[in-house]
Amino acid sequence: MTPKRRQRLILVLLLLAGLALAVFFTLNALKHNINLFFTPSQIVAGEAPEGVSFRIGGMVQDGSVQRSDSDLSLQFGVTDTAQAVTVKYTGILPDLFREGQGVVALGQLQDGLFVASEVLAKHDENYMPPEVSEALKQANKGKYSDTANEAKQ
Amino acid sequence: MPNATTSGGFWRWFHGFGSPPRFDAFARHSVPWLAGVTIVLFAIGLIGGLVYAPTDYQQGESFRIIYVHVPAAWMGMLVYVVMALAGAITLVWRMKLADAVARASAPIGAAFTFLALVTGSLWGKPMWGTYWIWDARLTSELILLFLYLGYMALTNAISDRQSAARAGAILALVGLVNIPIIHYSVEWWNTLHQGATVSKFDAPSIDTRMLIPLLVMALAYQFYYFTVLLMRVRNELLSSQRRTQWVQQLLVNEKIA
Repeated sequence: MTPKRRQRLILVLLLLAGLALAVFFTLNALKHNINLFFTPSQIVAGEAPEGVSFRIGGMVQDGSVQRSDSDLSLQFGVTDTAQAVTVKYTGILPDLFREGQGVVALGQLQDGLFVASEVLAKHDENYMPPEVSEALKQANKGKYSDTANEAKQ
Repeated sequence: MPNATTSGGFWRWFHGFGSPPRFDAFARHSVPWLAGVTIVLFAIGLIGGLVYAPTDYQQGESFRIIYVHVPAAWMGMLVYVVMALAGAITLVWRMKLADAVARASAPIGAAFTFLALVTGSLWGKPMWGTYWIWDARLTSELILLFLYLGYMALTNAISDRQSAARAGAILALVGLVNIPIIHYSVEWWNTLHQGATVSKFDAPSIDTRMLIPLLVMALAYQFYYFTVLLMRVRNELLSSQRRTQWVQQLLVNEKIA
């Protein structure tokens, strides 16, 4: 490698290092803006904004879904295993919505109740055939989805 | 310091391979083989993924879009890394072949990224409940598409080849910081997009019968990229060097043969 090329290589590496550092600091400063949702713990601790729309993310609490008999409205608890927030929603739910699954809901806090205008299902990174899922459920007494989500956190 | 042209081993190979006539001969002979392997791999991967892989316990048949979406997203990133490396070689060694590789890669990478975004969006509507959300993974992937398009626009806007090569190389290198951001976006921030399934340190959280077709598809995408890349680079070199002796000679030989 000639000295000139070596010099240019060092310049390229310096450019990359400087850029990576700049981007790191920028993203670090914007951390709160880049996060898509607030966790129930953050909301209970009062970190979420009041009077404006924001997103909440977590698991649908087991056994917490209460559907209305007359219309499409329902209530369910969203938890991050430490804290839980009750979410109210009227509308069509995505296919993957079920107890123990991740959800991200957009809405506002009203008297401690999260009134959602949109509910999205969060998919986890596990893929398996139905019979394997059944076998795991048998082995773990239906706790599969919980353990998978705990392992992720 | 040893001179590059006389020192042996790696550097001799590096500079030899970078010479357009040598590369042309290599590309001419390997493209048919690569194309054959690509077709076979796509056939195995698609039949394995769409017919033989079991359905998912939650998503049912819809999960099969993974066989198109995930390899496309991986390739979008891999092609970008190749482009940035070629850019670095262009800046440091001023090698014509490296610039040709970067230029030829950009539209292929853009196509992969576009495919990943479209298939992800089509899957997102029934599964998540929305076509699009501005979370860190989706946004950084969209930025990747814009980087490709920006690279293509920039290199085509400058008519002087050398300046175009250098400007494009710097843009490609600047955009390289986006690649780890795409990969780690699902870990660093909370997102709607799920975390990594295959490329994590512990065992992949996907059933083996589903994983094998996915890996075959990933390999098929790679061979497709190499095939198209060699064809495009060859085109690029032949057209930019059409006045040189070796291209003239090649044309004469082709006519005789």
